[in-house]
Amino acid sequence: MRHAALALILLSTFHHVAAAQGTLRIAMTAADIPLTTGQTDNGGEGQRFMGYTIYDALINWDLSSATKPSVLVPGLAESWGLDPNDTTKTKWIFKLRPGVHFHDGSDFTADAVVWNLDKLLKADSVQYDPRQSAQGKSRIPAVASYRTVNKLTLEITTKSPDATLPYQIAWILMSSPANWETLGKNWEAVAKTPSGTGPWKLASFVPHERAELTPNQDYWDKARIPKLDKMILLPMPEVNARVAALRSGQVDWIEAPSPDAVKSLTDASFKIVTNAYPHNWTWHLSRVEGSPWNDIRIRKAANLAIDRDGMKELLAGLMIPAKGFLPPGHQWFGHPTFTVEYNPDEARQLMKEAGYTPEKPLVTKVLISPSGSGQMQPLPMNELVQQNLADIGIKVDFEVVEWNQLINIWRAGATDPSARGATAINFTYFIQDPFTGLIRHVQCNLAAPNGTNWGHYCDADMDALSNQVRNTFDPDAQTAILQKMHEKYVDDALFLMVTHDVNARAMSQKVKGFVQAQNWFQDFSPITMDK
Amino acid sequence: MLLYAVKRLLYVLPVALGVSIVCFLLVHLAPGDPLTSILPIDATAQQQQEMRIAYGFDKPLPLQYGIWLWKVLHGDLGRSIATGRPVAIEVANAVGNSLILASIATLIGFGFGTFFGFVAGYFRNSLLDRLASVISILGVSVPNYWLGMVMVIVFSALLGWLPSTGAGPNGSAHWRPDLEHLRFILLPALTMSAIPMGIISRTVRALVADILDQDFVQALRAKGMREGAVFRHVVRNAAPTALAVMGLQLGYLLGGSILIETVFAWPGTGFLLNTAIFQRDLPLLQGTILVLAFFFVALNLIVDVLQSALDPRIQRG
Repeated sequence: MRHAALALILLSTFHHVAAAQGTLRIAMTAADIPLTTGQTDNGGEGQRFMGYTIYDALINWDLSSATKPSVLVPGLAESWGLDPNDTTKTKWIFKLRPGVHFHDGSDFTADAVVWNLDKLLKADSVQYDPRQSAQGKSRIPAVASYRTVNKLTLEITTKSPDATLPYQIAWILMSSPANWETLGKNWEAVAKTPSGTGPWKLASFVPHERAELTPNQDYWDKARIPKLDKMILLPMPEVNARVAALRSGQVDWIEAPSPDAVKSLTDASFKIVTNAYPHNWTWHLSRVEGSPWNDIRIRKAANLAIDRDGMKELLAGLMIPAKGFLPPGHQWFGHPTFTVEYNPDEARQLMKEAGYTPEKPLVTKVLISPSGSGQMQPLPMNELVQQNLADIGIKVDFEVVEWNQLINIWRAGATDPSARGATAINFTYFIQDPFTGLIRHVQCNLAAPNGTNWGHYCDADMDALSNQVRNTFDPDAQTAILQKMHEKYVDDALFLMVTHDVNARAMSQKVKGFVQAQNWFQDFSPITMDK
Repeated sequence: MLLYAVKRLLYVLPVALGVSIVCFLLVHLAPGDPLTSILPIDATAQQQQEMRIAYGFDKPLPLQYGIWLWKVLHGDLGRSIATGRPVAIEVANAVGNSLILASIATLIGFGFGTFFGFVAGYFRNSLLDRLASVISILGVSVPNYWLGMVMVIVFSALLGWLPSTGAGPNGSAHWRPDLEHLRFILLPALTMSAIPMGIISRTVRALVADILDQDFVQALRAKGMREGAVFRHVVRNAAPTALAVMGLQLGYLLGGSILIETVFAWPGTGFLLNTAIFQRDLPLLQGTILVLAFFFVALNLIVDVLQSALDPRIQRG
């Protein structure tokens, strides 16, 4: 009898502890549940909620700190590096983590990695999935081939020496070959019951409506086993619907509240959580022949004309004024000599030297969109920039095009007729790794449409720096080169550097333990819910 | 009657073909790339071209239409580019959810609309008439997305009485008409019913007022017929036109509402269309529009046949 009573007490205690962790309900900005099979869609948000939750990459991002920029850390690979016997510096050896199992119980091995890479890169493989390939293939442009060395050793060969490979590999998530086999080699079936190695398992899934994730109690990184009982993801693309859902208690957390809603939410005791992260809001300048932005005085003048503090007020504080192309404090920021600040007098002086005044202005056309992923509040922000530039003698006419159309124009490049003679395009960038952050915008051979150097900028010194980044395998030495690169970005005022988003999310006071990393992705494992 | 129904059914065929052509071409007129939703923003030109070929967007438009129509005739609406799921399943789920919402909105809108219309028409120029007219004009005039947002602010955010979004505590799966689910549907259904209520109310009022002025009503009253019996005659005479208006309104309701379903995150056809538009998901867009267009075609057919049953003169016409 006494034992039974004790057991009851223990049971109720354990039950209390488990229940105390609670359920977290999150309203995403996506219109649908991101692809669940491995390589997610819906951009950074997809990877955040359905990528690094259910899956792991060989190399993960360290998402544990809010105060320092994220760095790469071992994921499913315990270590990686160039093959010391390879003089071409193209062979990489990845030592995989032993004892890791997929959610379905199968072992994680080098063969599983090869299977996953084939899934993305080999159109003739049985497991090839065009939808995952569409998302993953462009993330690993350096990969030429790969093979299993032994059960826990993998070799990847790059097309040419490329020290940015680890950043590329961090995109590629490992799904279970055994699960795919069990489910009749059918990716649609896998989408309903996916199996990764990540800290969360997909418990249920209603397309367009909700996905429920539960903790993977057998997760290999014991410190990252989720504390919550359940995490529910709800797609809610309409911002007012998200705010209403939070205020009515239907969800505990919303992504990207609009600046208009910030005051009412804080007045109602909700938390607004923000942090710097690798995002920027720029005007990408055309450098084709005849573009006024080929004159460095005009580029610098424009950068000195923007009242970024005024813009911050406009956005209810949800921005970090640009000091460069990368956010202030970024490990690759370096020490540029040109100070990006609001100095209209100096800007007018530079414009005067270039032959323009507010009375006799430079007239040019800029492409903008009325909305778009990562574009923040493009219309009022661009109007403010337009007004600031008019004050120093740059008269800007906007060519407003729909967001998807703007993407196409951006892909086509400044020389394409679709650019309609515009000399700049308002575009926001994901700038998380050396390639997406710096190289892709400036390397000569990446001029659009071959790459995403929209403005056709080409400079021998910058090209040399890009090549050095790819050929420098020592992380500290590579960081030093990336800093030099960024210094050149700023000192040559290559972009109109306006602001950085702060990855705002609003949440109930009940949400505890969340650390907002300086990253597009976040760790949900430490979160608990107060009763 | 049967001949009329068959003839009317045959008219549907060219209309259906026209609808399919418009559905297919309309979505191609919009700017943007249908592959945007599945390709990363910085996908290379080569990768874009590979995907264009894989999804058949490299083929001439008439050929794409032919392939699409052939599949549609075999019951295959294709697969969503964005989700990879069969469009038929996506649309069927959404239609089911829109039907639930439309049914409740219909009950509210048609019930109150008819009631207000009869009251206003029967008691013309009275206080009741003015009150009913004001309500119906408001129903027609107030933008429903605005009304929806106001309802959310008042009943969800401020009072906390009703949920603001979604189809149920666990989504639309296993939806059933219990109190918990009805709490979710009340706000979107009320918002959705405002316009049909206004339109039906105005139509019925005008019809009743017009019929009451006709000689046969005076004759019935002169014969000493009781007011209740006169009322039945008025109802029978007003029914065909009211039915036609209701049929159209039912079509609009069944088609869902992009604005209302987006405001309330109701997973119906409007929400699906909104998603498909923003993702440039052409197969999903085409499939959804096609199914909704056929709703209208079918409803028109049913209403025409019903009208002719109620008023035999329509057949002769």
